Amino acid sequence: MTESLVDRKLPPVTEIGAAAMVAVAVGVIFNAAYLPKHAPTAVAVAILIVAAALETTNLFLVSRIQDFAWARFKQVAGWFLVAYAVIAGMIEYAFIYDDTRGTQLVILTLMLVLFMLNVPVLAAFTVARYERV
Amino acid sequence: MSAVAADAPVAQPFEIVPRKGLPIVALVLVGVVVAIARDARWGLVFCHVVGGGLWTAIDLFVGFVIGPILRSMPPPARVEFSKRFMPKMLLVLPTIVTMTLAAGFQLARQDGFLDTSNPRHAWVVVSFCVVGVMAVVALAYLGPANVAVLFELRKPQPDPRVVQKLMQRFVYTTGITGVMQIATLVIMTRLVS
Repeated sequence: MTESLVDRKLPPVTEIGAAAMVAVAVGVIFNAAYLPKHAPTAVAVAILIVAAALETTNLFLVSRIQDFAWARFKQVAGWFLVAYAVIAGMIEYAFIYDDTRGTQLVILTLMLVLFMLNVPVLAAFTVARYERV
Repeated sequence: MSAVAADAPVAQPFEIVPRKGLPIVALVLVGVVVAIARDARWGLVFCHVVGGGLWTAIDLFVGFVIGPILRSMPPPARVEFSKRFMPKMLLVLPTIVTMTLAAGFQLARQDGFLDTSNPRHAWVVVSFCVVGVMAVVALAYLGPANVAVLFELRKPQPDPRVVQKLMQRFVYTTGITGVMQIATLVIMTRLVS
């Protein structure tokens, strides 16, 4: 008989990642709602900073987990990163194709980068937390 | 603390991502890019209507028809169904979601719905919000749980508690997804009427 990994106590990576995802979604909706005009930059930057802070916190929390299945984490994160780089690339292409330029393009691109990095961390963490080392 | 039975049935290996489906996914995504690049009205409408119809139908059908049937089946049957069904969903759903959203955004631009002065602009912003909610649910909870369940089922001795805990996410989010999909139907029919 071996202990179930369900009972293992780990930091709230999924919850923080979901909060970061909400911030990115709010940021993208806020910017997209103003297209083709420019959304107020200060609000968009504030949302971007919140999302970035949440994701940085998540990476820090994940990096401190001991006895973690890092090989599985890297495997899943790597493949998700490839998949979401393609999706983020398509969205970026649509923004550029639609003549999004300047500060707005920079903010939307940074939000896409945060989105692209967040999904692999969430998926890889969920898989790796149930892997035995 | 509970435990996993050491004499549990041994799982058979299977593909988490069905590689045979990848060329079809690539073909669909290339089709979407070509439709956007050429601003081809029919191509965009096709991608948006077909993708959106499939997305809504699959979400509602899986959540409200397949889900309850699955929950009434014995655990070994549930496992066998999940091993065959979930890898396919891992390819199908992200592909049709990308197809629907990318084509939909271009159509909204073509029709002027993105312009803040357009009387239907508010409906487009509401649809962004609905998609935002579904994206958070799908990408933060459902997608990771789907992949984790498949990894668990591929182990020589899957832990039934892990599978059950991950599958609970599907049960909890079915209601949210259902409401959002019905909201999508209302918004989309309002936009074109």
